[in-house]
Amino acid sequence: MAKQHIVFSLNGGVVEILVEPRTLLIHALRETLGQTGSHIGCETSHCGACTVDFNGKSVKSCTVLAVQADGGEVLTVEGLAHNGALHPVQEGFMQEHGLQCGFCTPGMLIRAYRFLQENPSPTDEDIRMGMSGNLCRCTGYQNIVKAVQYAANKLRATQGA
Amino acid sequence: MIPGTFDYHAPATVDEAIRLLGELGDEAKLLAGGHSLLPMMKLRFASPKHLIDLNRIGALKGIREQSGMIHIGAMTTENELIASALLREKCPLLPEAAKWISDPQVRNCGTLGGDIAHGDPGNDHPAVMMAVDAVFVLQGPRGERLIVADRFFHGLYYTELAPDEILTEIRIPAVSKGTGYAYCKLKRKTGDFATAAAAVQLRLDGGVCKKINIALTNVAPTALKAGDAEMSLTGKVIDEALIEQAARKAMAVCDPAEDQRGNRDYKTHMAGEMTRRAIRQALARAKGN
Amino acid sequence: MATTAEYLEREQKLEGIGCARKRKEDPRFIQGKGHYVDDVHLPGMLFGAVVRSPHAHARIKSINKEKALALPGVRAVLTAEDLKPLKLHWMPTLAGDVQAVLADEKVCFQYQEVAMVIADDRYLAADGVDLVEVEYEPLPALVDPHHAMDADAPVIREDLVGKDEAGQGKRVHDNHIFRWEVGDKAATDRIFATADVTVKQAVLNPRVHPCPLETCGCVASFDKVRGELTVYITSQAPHVVRTVVSLLSGLPESKIRIISPDIGGGFGNKVGIYPGYVGAIVASIVFGRPVKWIESRIENLSTTAFARDYHMVGELAADKNGRIKALRVNVLADHGAFNAHAQPTKWPAGFFSICTGSYDIPVAYARVDGVYTNKAPGGVAYRCSFRVTEAVHLIERMIDILAQKLGIDKAEIRFRNFIKPEQFPYHSALGWDYDSGDYPTALKKVLEAVNYPALREEQAEKRTRGELMGIGICTFTEIVGAGPSKNCDILGVGMFDSCEIRVHPTGSAIARIGTITQGQGHQTTYAQIIATELGLPSEVIQVEEGDTNTAPYGLGTYGSRSTPVGGAATANAARKLRDKARKIAAHLLEVSADDLDWEIDRFKVKGVPGQEKTMKEIAWAAYNNVPPGMEMGLEAVEYYDPPNFTYPFGAYLCVLDIDRYTGETKVRRFYALDDCGTRINPMIIEGQIHGGLTEAYAVAMGQLIAFDAGGNLLSNSLMDYFLPTAVETPKWETDFTVTPSPHHPLGAKGVAESPHVGGIPCFTNAVNDAFAHLGVTQIDMPHTAFNVWKTIHELGLDNRA
Repeated sequence: MAKQHIVFSLNGGVVEILVEPRTLLIHALRETLGQTGSHIGCETSHCGACTVDFNGKSVKSCTVLAVQADGGEVLTVEGLAHNGALHPVQEGFMQEHGLQCGFCTPGMLIRAYRFLQENPSPTDEDIRMGMSGNLCRCTGYQNIVKAVQYAANKLRATQGA
Repeated sequence: MIPGTFDYHAPATVDEAIRLLGELGDEAKLLAGGHSLLPMMKLRFASPKHLIDLNRIGALKGIREQSGMIHIGAMTTENELIASALLREKCPLLPEAAKWISDPQVRNCGTLGGDIAHGDPGNDHPAVMMAVDAVFVLQGPRGERLIVADRFFHGLYYTELAPDEILTEIRIPAVSKGTGYAYCKLKRKTGDFATAAAAVQLRLDGGVCKKINIALTNVAPTALKAGDAEMSLTGKVIDEALIEQAARKAMAVCDPAEDQRGNRDYKTHMAGEMTRRAIRQALARAKGN
Repeated sequence: MATTAEYLEREQKLEGIGCARKRKEDPRFIQGKGHYVDDVHLPGMLFGAVVRSPHAHARIKSINKEKALALPGVRAVLTAEDLKPLKLHWMPTLAGDVQAVLADEKVCFQYQEVAMVIADDRYLAADGVDLVEVEYEPLPALVDPHHAMDADAPVIREDLVGKDEAGQGKRVHDNHIFRWEVGDKAATDRIFATADVTVKQAVLNPRVHPCPLETCGCVASFDKVRGELTVYITSQAPHVVRTVVSLLSGLPESKIRIISPDIGGGFGNKVGIYPGYVGAIVASIVFGRPVKWIESRIENLSTTAFARDYHMVGELAADKNGRIKALRVNVLADHGAFNAHAQPTKWPAGFFSICTGSYDIPVAYARVDGVYTNKAPGGVAYRCSFRVTEAVHLIERMIDILAQKLGIDKAEIRFRNFIKPEQFPYHSALGWDYDSGDYPTALKKVLEAVNYPALREEQAEKRTRGELMGIGICTFTEIVGAGPSKNCDILGVGMFDSCEIRVHPTGSAIARIGTITQGQGHQTTYAQIIATELGLPSEVIQVEEGDTNTAPYGLGTYGSRSTPVGGAATANAARKLRDKARKIAAHLLEVSADDLDWEIDRFKVKGVPGQEKTMKEIAWAAYNNVPPGMEMGLEAVEYYDPPNFTYPFGAYLCVLDIDRYTGETKVRRFYALDDCGTRINPMIIEGQIHGGLTEAYAVAMGQLIAFDAGGNLLSNSLMDYFLPTAVETPKWETDFTVTPSPHHPLGAKGVAESPHVGGIPCFTNAVNDAFAHLGVTQIDMPHTAFNVWKTIHELGLDNRA
């Protein structure tokens, strides 16, 4: 099958790759572009380990074709930190013990990043709903909720300042 | 879990999409949100030779009001439905139901049109469409035709949509004063289809039910209209006894398939229970309006 | 004299035992720099994908590879015929049986491995799988284990026909695997014959799956020139894998390097050796190129390592006051088509004999019969020690059922039967030596925290209105830290564990341990142990695991054995270093070693303020100024063979409400008190408890590997296999007591599995308790809304008349 040339923004830089039409975005990111932060957990869009930010929205990249990203903007966990400074969601997960094996973490972080832009002052219940597309087998979510609250507080403080 | 090979087409206009669909025929599938089709392709239950991606057709997106009707582009996503102030005011059942669909990420991709056109009885919008008296706009090489939601769903994955047609728009009458609504959905967990769900929209006038629509999700090969139940309440002052009677009439039309969510008996009872709850909630809301 | 403030400051700087310090592994995970098996990408790497059986039981009539081989990019299609010359078409299991690597003439469970396609990438491998044509002749499938030993049952294992044993002692039927008995049957029967009260109940632990978020997989890379095999693998026991691969391949262990990199959760799923690993290794040896195999989620749930499937019948004999006099248990264990049960060699039912629980039961007898069925092989310990979840489930259900029969409160009956604090060390009727415990204190603390009497009053009041509210109690004892080599081995290797520590000249250190973290935070907690033992900050102690070329041989991480065994090895290795350091300090300070006192991070001369050497100073001296006759350097190794298991325990209480019209259950409150002895990192412990409780919730409320009558799997995607999201998961309240283990160097016990082991019966006891006043004695898991509704509906509780 003929490969297609696609160009998109990835974590602030421009990437150009050749992909088959059937290539899933998660495979293009992980295998063609070597960005292995996003993971594959279920392949049926249930677990959210492959979540990336695509054109300003959280999507499950196991169920998006790479060709659909052509001309778009993708952000993955690798693009969260800026100039060596962690994003508040990253800090929050570390401070509140919001991760254990780390496998769901990149998807959780990138979802939390977007969720807090959708809802900067969430209740704990809002967080549980907003993060419900991401499964974690280790933490029981309680510390993930705290981690997202930590980030929300920090983001509000820095934006309010 | 890798799809087979296919050619990818990303038309920019509806006309172009219809032309492609005509040319490629049976070997083509339309790609909307992709969360039903791509998993099927990964399992190789579906192996289309061509995918026509509707995501780049701007004309298929958006929500607007025109002479008392709400027009919604078929490629409008679930989260766009939820976020719409216009819908919350003029067709509140739709965003309420959309909140119960899958999870936040999937709702960013999943579309109203895709959910309807797939013909899956587990999808939520078919019953909602019946409850809000929606009209579907189907476009094909022979032009445009309109069909009411009640007449669209023929069987499991089988709808009125012809192979060369595209569902382009959904039109819904804006609600009037005294309208109440509810979507009650029982599901095992986030991301699951309904074990059973009921969509209810009703209008009260002086405490009397002038009109009521009751439609059910995932308890038959298609979404179901509970016509007898509706009739039993129309023109009445609805009380608990009537709700009970309506729930039983709704149960009578159910023909669910057994699966891991439950057996036929359970699903039928749950359709009844969701009907009770949805009528009660719709009634309370109508009284508040 | 150091002031108290200085003393505390020095101690805090170490961030050692007891400190809730942040995890050392987190920076890489939160920046997408974890390194999991599927992240391994080697030059020239091929990809393997498996052709699987659509039938639960069928004869293979033919396999046609031609179309697949004709696809450009497909390099090979391996079948049993190809592996036969290498004698690799079957492989040994941990339980003394054999398992087909690729199906040999017949398939015995749906999704069984039939062929492996090797191709240039995963897309082509998937295309190749689609093109392999296999012709089957279906055979009747045996799904219900209760019919496995019927006279006319289909014979599943034709390779074993005529053999009266399958690696675990005598068997009595072609589908029988073993019978395991423990305890005094005659004495137990005598007590039952004359007891005031007896209860008997069938209790099921249905088939479930650990389902870590990362599936199983490997990258095998054979270097033909060097004759060396490197395998990156999702393994909870890399050293054992190396030994098995050596035995299978004939390569010396010195030429095999097994690397478990970051592991995306294990929960028992990643203990075994799976056909996919073997296929990838064989293909790599054949092609001399790296070969990757990664399971899909469907493959994971369908084939690698189910857990439970224990069909138990429990009986208690008691006096009128509810004092238990004897326990009798009969178990039918469904092991699937091959006995790939995860176990120490001599324990075909694991440590199920811990089933006397936290109670002083004078006499007991248990019997387990293992049988073959047409289902995937396994029987792994899903976040528990071997078969301990089943054992605890059984006794915790039975004591509730006894309480119900006698009309005694469910907390009260536990107080009446607890092993008393003064009875420890306690020798159980089925042969275990409980190390330490204080059960009454734990339960009292929980009952007070939740105001138990008020909950029972509320429940009584709700019952008058027909509302369903359940209060579940579980007071469990785990047995973890396998195990003493006198009775625990895997393939003949004793179940010790190991630690090697090197302190560098400038006072930082590297430690390598034979276990492997999968989320437990070993890189943090082992460093904390060393920090306290050696007086060096945990921040500068690097912990490495999982690479068999660098770590000392260890048995791995499962059954909560890391802290009890690996943690003990780490403490002892550090103590060896401290002993050497004491001698160096004495030499530097020109005093006798006996004249020195250890204080946090330094040795001080007794009674001479200011005369002291810090561990940092001693580390430097170890490389340039050691006492005459002493070897240079500061390095130690410990292989720790535990004298006993550790017995963590806890008291849990769950309050839930049931919707009588839908069967939905809402957990209102869950209070978990755990005692794991000395607590190394309270933050990590709490995280483990949260996670274990969530898995317990999943098992109790929804998880089931379901089959239809034909052996077709009905729940192998995350749509149907229940993993709760943040929305469904209850909120957890945690608490603790500290009863140190007397035999562990730190007094620590394992902890991460307690919440799973204790949580499951707590939930199920709560659901059953909601119906107890209606004469219901047992509702089996999973307590899905549908299942709960069936009970409601049978009782007519949903009538609206």
